[in-house]
Amino acid sequence: MKRKLLAVLLLLGLLGAVLCGCGDGSADKTPEGGQTSGSTEPAAQPAADHPNEITVGIAQDLDESLDPHKAVAAGTKEVMFNVFEGLMKPTPEGDLIPAVAEKYEISDDQLTYTFTIRDGITFHNGEPVTAEDVGASLARCKNGGDGILEVEAFSNIRSMETADSRVISITLEEPDSEFLSYLTTAILPADYDGQDTAPVGTGPFRFVSRAAQDNIVLERFAGYWGEPAYLDKVTYKIIENADSILMSLQSGAVDLFAHLTSTQVAQLGDDFNIEEGTMNLVQAMYLNNAEKPFDDVRVRQALCYAVDRQQILDLAFDGYGSLIGSSMYPAFGKYFDDSLTNHYPHDVEKARALLADAGYPDGFAMTITVPSNYQPHIDTAQVIVEQLKEVGVAAEIQLVEWGTWLSDVYAGRQFQATVVGVDASTMTARALLERFTSTAGNNFINYSSAEYDAFFQEAVSAADDAAQTAAYKRAEANLTENAANVYIQDLADLVAVRKGLTGVRFYPIYVLDLSGIRYAD
Amino acid sequence: MECEERTDKIFTLRSPRFSEGCLLMKYALKRAAAGLATMLIVSFLTFAAFDLISGDAATAMLGTSATPERLAALRAELGLDRPLPVRYGEWLLGFFTGDLGSSTSYKQPVWDLIASKTGLTLCLSLVSFVLIAAVSIPLGVFTAGRRRFEGARTALNQLGMAVPPFFTGILLSWVFGVGLKWFTPGQFPDAGRDFAGAAVYLLFAAAALSIPRIAMTARMLRSTVQEELGKDYVRTAISRGNDRGQVLRRHVLKNALPPVVTFLAQTMAEIVAGSIVVEQVFVIPGLGQMLVTSISNRDYPVVQAIVVILAFWVVLAGTAADLINQRIDPRLRLGGAA
Repeated sequence: MKRKLLAVLLLLGLLGAVLCGCGDGSADKTPEGGQTSGSTEPAAQPAADHPNEITVGIAQDLDESLDPHKAVAAGTKEVMFNVFEGLMKPTPEGDLIPAVAEKYEISDDQLTYTFTIRDGITFHNGEPVTAEDVGASLARCKNGGDGILEVEAFSNIRSMETADSRVISITLEEPDSEFLSYLTTAILPADYDGQDTAPVGTGPFRFVSRAAQDNIVLERFAGYWGEPAYLDKVTYKIIENADSILMSLQSGAVDLFAHLTSTQVAQLGDDFNIEEGTMNLVQAMYLNNAEKPFDDVRVRQALCYAVDRQQILDLAFDGYGSLIGSSMYPAFGKYFDDSLTNHYPHDVEKARALLADAGYPDGFAMTITVPSNYQPHIDTAQVIVEQLKEVGVAAEIQLVEWGTWLSDVYAGRQFQATVVGVDASTMTARALLERFTSTAGNNFINYSSAEYDAFFQEAVSAADDAAQTAAYKRAEANLTENAANVYIQDLADLVAVRKGLTGVRFYPIYVLDLSGIRYAD
Repeated sequence: MECEERTDKIFTLRSPRFSEGCLLMKYALKRAAAGLATMLIVSFLTFAAFDLISGDAATAMLGTSATPERLAALRAELGLDRPLPVRYGEWLLGFFTGDLGSSTSYKQPVWDLIASKTGLTLCLSLVSFVLIAAVSIPLGVFTAGRRRFEGARTALNQLGMAVPPFFTGILLSWVFGVGLKWFTPGQFPDAGRDFAGAAVYLLFAAAALSIPRIAMTARMLRSTVQEELGKDYVRTAISRGNDRGQVLRRHVLKNALPPVVTFLAQTMAEIVAGSIVVEQVFVIPGLGQMLVTSISNRDYPVVQAIVVILAFWVVLAGTAADLINQRIDPRLRLGGAA
C-alpha cells in the first residue's frame, strides 16, 4: 500500500513539475496577440472583428546585430527597412526621394550636397533628429570599425559641416553621380548605444521586441513624419521548416509569407492571393575564373551554351522567373541591357566545339558547391548537372552548410563553381558590378579583366548620368562576352497574402515594405 | 507492508546500518564527479569541433560583406585569433562563475536568449518521457503472454518504430491542426495566457516524438516480462494458487523492469535529440532550432551553453534511472553493488 501511494505521489509530483516548468518557461515571452478566443479557435475569420495587425512569416531569423550599420544579411535588411530611413529612401519605381531630409541642393561643381532635415522629425524614442545625428551616422559608416561595415563610397567625403541643427552640407573629394544612392544609409540617434538589440530609427514602424528563433514585433510609429502605416502591429514569425510554412498559412497562424516556391504556392488553396514580383537577385552558376579549366574563356563560354536556362525555369520553377545575361536584373530598368540576355542560346554543338578547341574534347569533371539552406539553388544545380552531361562535362553537386559556404567559397575562394544569387545592397549598378573589378575584396570569382576595370572606373567617375549608364552597360557586356559566369535568372518572388489584405509593393531591392499593407474593408 | 520489512532485513544483513550514510555520500560524490566529467568532456569536444569545421563566428557575422581586412579585424575583436586552450579556459572560467558569455550573432547575453527556450525544451522532453512511460509500461505488461492479434500487433509495432517523428509530426499537424483545428500549427500559444492551449500543443509534439520510443519500450518490456513468466518461480507461484495479476505485479515486474528503466533513461538522450526536429516541425521556440542556427552561425557561446544543458539533462536522467532501479530491486542497492 505504502509503495503504491508513493508511486502515485511521485507521478503527481512529476506531472506538477512538468506543468509548472511549462508555465515558468514561457511566461515571459512576447505575447502572441491577436488571439482573443482561445487556442482552439484560430484566427480563421479575418472579418471585421480582427485586430488591426498581421503575422508575417519569414524563413530565417534576424540572427545578427540589428544595428543597420552592422547587419549584413539580406533577410535582416528586408525587415528593418520598415524601421530605418536615411536622408533619402528608395521608391518602388526605383527612384530616390527625400526621407529624413526635406530637401537637398547640389552645388554646380557636383561636390557639395546640402541637406535640410525635416521640421519636427523625431526618432522612435521621441528625440528630435538633428544635423549632428546625421553627421554622426554618416561618419560612423565612413570610419567603420567595431563591427560597423564601412561604406566604400563615403571614403570620398572630404568634410561635413552643420550650419544649424537642421542643415548639413557634405563636401566630396570628387564628383560621384551615385552618391545620393548611398545616403539611404540609416540615420541613428548619435548618443544611443543600444542599436545591437533594441534599434531606434525614424521609419514608419518602431521596433518592439525580438525573441530569438521565435518572433520579431514591430508597431506603428505614431510620430512618423510621412503617411503613417495602416497596421497597428506586425509580428514576424520565424518558420524554417518548409512543411510548417504551408501549415502555418493554412491554419491561419500566418497572414503573409514572401519568397515562396511555386510548389508551395500551388498547394495553398483559396484563402490567399499570390502576388508576383522579382527577388532582385542575380542567380548564376558562378565560376572560379582563376581555377583550371575555368580560366579559359572558351570553357566558360561552352558552359554558357550547354546550359538551357529556359528549361531550368520550366523544370525547377514552374516557368516563373526572368532570364538574365549579365550581373544585372530587369528591375534595374535603367541599367539592364536586354540584348545580353540571349547572348548564349542553348547550343550543344557549339559547346562541344568550344570545349574541343580548349583541349577538352571529352569534357571534364567538375564540382558545383551549393549552400544547402536554399532549395531553389539546389534545384537549379540539379538541372544544370543533367544538362552538362550532354556536352561530356560530369558535374557533381557538393552541398555545404551556409557557414561553410561563406568561409570556403566566398571568403576563401576555394571552389570551382557555385550556384547562388547575388543581391544589391543599395540601388546602384555599382553595388552589383564593383565586385568584379580585379582588386575588389569581394571578387570571389577572381574575375580579372583590365578592360572591365577601365569601364567600371569610367562609370564611377562619369560626370553625367547618360555617360555613366553607358559605361556600366559596357561593363555588363564585358561580363557577358567573357562568360564570367553562367548567368541564369532573377527569381520570381511569390508572396502569399491572406485574402482581405492589400497593399504589397515590390521594390528593385530586397525589401518588404509593410507601411502600405492594410485590410481592405 | 510485509514486502517492505523483508527488503529492509536483507539490506541490514548485507550492510550494517552505520555505514549507510557514508555509502550514500560516496555514491552521490561518485555520481556527481562522473556527471561533471561527462559535461566537461562534452563541452571540450564541442569547443574543439568548432576549430575543426571551416568558418568561424567572424565569417558567419560578415557574410557576403567579408573582406580579408574586415575578417582579420573582427577576429581580433572577438578574440578568435588566440589559441584554442586559452579560449576554452576562458569559457570554462566564465561558466564556473555563472557567466555564459554573449551570443556572437544576437549580441545578447546567452542566458537571456535561451532561458525560456530551455524551459520549453525540457518541458517537451519531460512530457514525452512521461508519455512513453505511461503508455509503454501498461502496454508491454498487458500484451505479454497474450497471443491474440499477434500478427497485427507486431505489424503495428514495427510501423510505430519505423515512422520518423518529423513525419508523424506533419501528419498530426495536418489532421488535428489544419483539419480538426484542435490547435493552430505555427502558433504556439503563450503558456501564461492560454495554459490549456499550450499544453495541448505540446502534447501533440510530444506524441510525435514518443511514438517510436513507445513501440520500442513496449516491445522490450513485453519480452522481458515474457521471459520472467516462463521461469520456474512464477510457475510455482501460480500453481500454488496465487493470483496471476498479483504474481505479475509483485514478482515478475520487479525483475523485468530494471533493464527497461535503464533503457528509458537512455532514451532521454534520444528524446532530446529528437526534439530538435519536432520543434522545427511544430514551430515551437525551443532549444532545437536555436542550436541548429547557432552552429551554422558558429555562435560558440550559445552552442556550448545548450550542449552543456542537454548533457546535464541526460546525466540527470541516468541518475534518476539508477535510483528508481534501486527502489524496485533491492539487489541493485548501494550495499549490494559494493
